[in-house]
Amino acid sequence: MARRLTHRPRIVTITGKRAETPLVSTLRWRDATKARPGQYVMVWVPGVDEVPMSLCDIGGVKGIAVHAKGEATSALARLRAGDRIGIRGPYGHGFRHKPGKCLVVAGGTGIACLAPLVEKLARRWPRPSVVVGARTRSELLFVERMRRTGAEVVVTTDDGTAGRKGLATDAAYELLNRNRYSQVCSCGPEAMMRVVASLAQCQSAPVQLSLERYMKCGIGICDSCAMGGLHICVEGPVMDSRRVAGLPDFGAFRRDACGRKERM
Amino acid sequence: MADLTVDVAGLRLENPFILASGVWGETGATLARALRAGAAAVVTKSVGLRPRPGYPNPTIVEVPSGLINSMGLPNPGIEEYGAEMEEALRPGRPVIGSIFGATAGEFAALARRMERWGVSALELNLSCPHAKGLGAQLGQDPGTTKRITAAVKAAVDIPVFVKLTPTVASIAAIGRAAAAGGADALVAINTLKAMAIDLDLCIPVLGHGTGGYSGPGIKPVGVACVYELFKAVRVPLIGAGGVSTGEDAAEYLMAGATALEVGTLVLRKRDRTFRQLSRELARFLASRGHRSARSLTGRAHRGD
Ligand SMILES: Cc1cc2nc3c(=O)[nH]c(=O)nc-3n(C[C@H](O)[C@H](O)[C@H](O)COP(=O)(O)OP(=O)(O)OC[C@H]3O[C@@H](n4cnc5c(N)ncnc54)[C@H](O)[C@@H]3O)c2cc1C
Ligand SMILES: Cc1cc2nc3c(=O)[nH]c(=O)nc-3n(C[C@H](O)[C@H](O)[C@H](O)COP(=O)(O)O)c2cc1C
Repeated sequence: MARRLTHRPRIVTITGKRAETPLVSTLRWRDATKARPGQYVMVWVPGVDEVPMSLCDIGGVKGIAVHAKGEATSALARLRAGDRIGIRGPYGHGFRHKPGKCLVVAGGTGIACLAPLVEKLARRWPRPSVVVGARTRSELLFVERMRRTGAEVVVTTDDGTAGRKGLATDAAYELLNRNRYSQVCSCGPEAMMRVVASLAQCQSAPVQLSLERYMKCGIGICDSCAMGGLHICVEGPVMDSRRVAGLPDFGAFRRDACGRKERM
Repeated sequence: MADLTVDVAGLRLENPFILASGVWGETGATLARALRAGAAAVVTKSVGLRPRPGYPNPTIVEVPSGLINSMGLPNPGIEEYGAEMEEALRPGRPVIGSIFGATAGEFAALARRMERWGVSALELNLSCPHAKGLGAQLGQDPGTTKRITAAVKAAVDIPVFVKLTPTVASIAAIGRAAAAGGADALVAINTLKAMAIDLDLCIPVLGHGTGGYSGPGIKPVGVACVYELFKAVRVPLIGAGGVSTGEDAAEYLMAGATALEVGTLVLRKRDRTFRQLSRELARFLASRGHRSARSLTGRAHRGD
């Protein structure tokens, strides 16, 4: 047998597909490769594109939660059990978890990459706190799944249609006032993560953030996801907030497929 | 310790290792990172007149002994690239500007702009294997190669390097044409046109179908091209293609190269790439009693 080439898509058959919200569906497939919470895969939709997706399931069955936005994600959302996709990875640095109480703050589909972390953390004491934020009730993702872990779950919606009315950062602020945390993990819009990082400073708890940038190679050579000389695809997507704070693009600029900077 | 310094067309380099175009080169901050990690110089991503997104993903696939890429020359366009150059120049080491265009006029305009951004030399991409009307499609014709080189030479004062494709009947003929156009150095080789097909889906893996093969598998091809060029032209040669160890570098030097460009190795070695190559080459030179990297250039031709 030829050596298995690491950076070549392996074809998998989708075993499960579920609409989670009007915008987000999950796809699952059997896949024995090892993965850590916070890692991502490059998902090849044959004939369409190959895009980065965080793993929302990291066991023997892997999963992704797809927010249909454009061509590739809409094509993914149209797939059904039995359809085939190509997978490279898992890639990148995931969350490192340290002992002690953890605060997890998720905005929008950010909960996809955090869910496996919460499941891992909730098996031990102390229980983690999880903020699941969305704009409105129908866009809330994985709330039941998070409740089942036994974690303390706080739900927020911007419009108050479910949980507390307000931003995920409001709930994070209160939790940080009420409890002592030894670490904070967050994924969501960068404006939100910036606030989370500054709120956590008062507890001097280390903060890990999961970033998104335009990715092509996924293996740290093409430079399309670079931020201040760091490659989000291999040195991220999860990074320490102190490292991220030094990147002038954080919360401000991203690059398009041409490498042009655009304001976020 | 053996002397690793080299001189390429007036460019004094601390060691013979240069970051190849298209790897770590879309942003200035990453180019600066490569320089801080010990690259003697860096080549920018190939830049064109207008922003270009490149080909659809997948744009990269691993094959035994290397990679096939079909990035498709994504770049923000020469105007926006000025901001990247500012950052790339910060470490104070040579930055070589790679440019691609469809006509001699486009090349000349890009060259003037790059010179204004502060590059130490230009590299003309006449060799990208997978872009229609660009790259290798120009560099496979001696007349076109000479015309574009001459147009750029007339437009700028800095040294002009021409990067060649191995996918030609005679690389010596193309090398002579570039030299006749006034090229100050030649770079060989760019990637080889290649394809990988997925055996389950029965379709090419890369979004564009074909791409360019790089990495250890193409080193013997690169060495042969440099060897042939050394016999054909007088200008200095920069070897590229699969350089992964100090001994690979020595092989290219013996074939006739003065310096080396390194791309795919960065995938595995990242920040360690350049210091490790320098260390390995120094150790090789010492082990064989060679006093300098310079002294190796063309050694394989003695008695030829
Ligand atoms: C590490 C990482 C993890 C991600 N995890 C998830 C996830 O779990 N669920 C999810 O729904 N989305 C996730 N994304 C975002 C997802 O990759 C993009 O939404 C998707 O690529 C959009 O493609 P499209 O063709 O549908 O949309 P387009 O219309 O092409 O683009 C919509 C937006 O997505 C961006 N985008 C397009 N292609 C890429 C690309 N190759 N890499 C990065 N961004 C791109 C565009 O810049 C644009 O802002 C993740 C991105 C990264 C970098
Ligand atoms: C991802 C990738 C992108 C590349 N982009 C360019 C490019 O824009 N311009 C160019 O002249 N060569 C480009 N090349 C070719 C390299 O500069 C080099 O000539 C080739 O990869 C052989 O060297 P290597 O085996 O050390 O990688 C690219 C190579 C790779 C792997």
